Formats: sequence, structure tokens, C-alpha cells
Amino acid sequence: MKFLLVDDSKTMRNIQRKVLSSLEGATFAEAADGVEALAVIAAGQGPFSAVIVDWNMPNMDGITLVKKIRETDKTTPLIMATTESEKARVLDAIRAGVNNYVVKPFTPESLLEKVNQTLAKSRAAAAA
Amino acid sequence: MPTTPAVSPTPTTTAPSQAQRDVINSKLVVPFMNSVREVFAKMAKVDVKVSPPHFKTKPGSTYEVCGIIGFSGGITGSVVVSFSDAAAEKLVEAFAGMPLTRNSPDFADAVGELANMIAGGAKPHLGALASISTPNVIIGSGYTVASPTNTPCLVIPCSSPFGDFCLEVSINPRN
Repeated sequence: MKFLLVDDSKTMRNIQRKVLSSLEGATFAEAADGVEALAVIAAGQGPFSAVIVDWNMPNMDGITLVKKIRETDKTTPLIMATTESEKARVLDAIRAGVNNYVVKPFTPESLLEKVNQTLAKSRAAAAA
Repeated sequence: MPTTPAVSPTPTTTAPSQAQRDVINSKLVVPFMNSVREVFAKMAKVDVKVSPPHFKTKPGSTYEVCGIIGFSGGITGSVVVSFSDAAAEKLVEAFAGMPLTRNSPDFADAVGELANMIAGGAKPHLGALASISTPNVIIGSGYTVASPTNTPCLVIPCSSPFGDFCLEVSINPRN
């Protein structure tokens, strides 16, 4: 499985990579903002098992990225991983097309749980 | 439920009125106190203790390594997470999972992300929907982060097994 990690903090991408490396066969692509993420997708580095997206980033923020991805891709699981935890923000993200939501700070266990939940739902939807 | 430490009535460069003190006490202290504890507990497995806050009495930096986050929208102002050099290096190592040299871009990145999570964790509890900026990081001494006009700067001292740091909160909470 391959993940696209989108966060302007390299430290955060490293932490996510380390946590998700415990999943068998996990490989990664990375981007520091929405513009870079779209370039990674356009370059054909996918398909991705899931895209993990920060909200607050320079150049193009995470909510804009989610909307852009959903214009052409309705199925790749998108997980928002952000400090934005207000109900209004979560609802905005769901309306934009995210499949799951991880609030920073997170423990390694909680990130893994959310990613596993999302992958399981995606597999179930694909099998239906 | 944690109790709110009393804000000590020391004078400040922007002298807060009693009404401002009451609002700051009730609106700012607990959200930031809880957030800083949660960030370090979850992301670095470090236990942080918070001491009674006070108002900043003179301009200038408290410590040498600062992550700064701005608030806009329903809340305006900034929060500065200010670490001593020694505390910053060890806390960043605990957070990032590897030692990072003080002058590397990755060190500043990690400091900024810690500030981002502390500000973001407090934000939902400040009484209005607001946005936060991407972080800026200052490493060095002799600088001043100016507070918005008529906004007192609340200093929340923190201690950890790796050394001391503090939060400097200069924001206008909603009543």
C-alpha cells in the first residue's frame, strides 16, 4: 500500500511515516502543500491507498486540496490530519470529501486506528 | 477537571484592567494549559507541569527559541512558545524522535509544529471561530514580539524534565 503524506512540517511527515511504516508493505510519497500534492498525483506516483492531508499549509491549504482531488477522484480515501478540531471545520472537511479526520496532537495508536478504519471501509466499498 | 491557576497581579507594559484579568483568567489560561500538556504527552511522551501565570512586565524575549502563531478572524493576536536552548533541543528530540541540531531547518520546523499544535489545541476553547497562521520561528536573543495594542501578554510558565519553557499569550478572547 502507498500513502501520500501532505503536511508543510517535515517533522510531522516523518512522524506519520514512522507510525504508518508498521503497516505491512507501506510505501510513501510526500508533499509540503496542496500544490506539491497535486503535482505528485499528476506525475502518476499513485494510486494511493490513502492521502493524509494537513489543513493549514502555505500555497494551497488542505481543504482546497481535498476539493481539487474530489473534482476528479471520488474514491481514494482522504484523511484530514490537523489541529483544526472545531465542529464547523470538521463538517467543512466532510462536505469537501474527506473520509476520516485525525486531530493533532495524536498518539501513534490513534493515527493507526483511524488509518486502519479508513482502509477497511475503502476495501469494503470496493468489494461491494 | 483542572483548576485555573490565579493570575498574579503584577504590572504590565499594557496594564490589564480587572475586567481584562477576569476574562483572561477564565478564557485563556485553561485552554492553553490543557493544550500544552496534551501536545507534549501525546506527541513526545513528556510530562509538562504548568505554574501560575503572570502578565509580562517588560518587552523582550523570555528564552532563545520561539515558535510564533498568529490568530485571525473571531480572535486576534498571537501565541509565542518560548524555549531555552537546552530545553528546546531535548524537547524537539523527544517530539521528532531523533536529535536535530539547533541550526538545521528541521529543528525550526519541529519548533514551529509544536507551536502550531499548542495554539490549535487551545483555539476551539477560546470562544470564537478563528484561523491560525503557519508558524514562524525565531532562534536567538534580543528580539521582541510586539503584542497587539491594548492586549496584555499573559505568560504561562511550563516545566519539563528537559528544562523550562513558557507560553506568551497576547490575544483578545471573546466574552
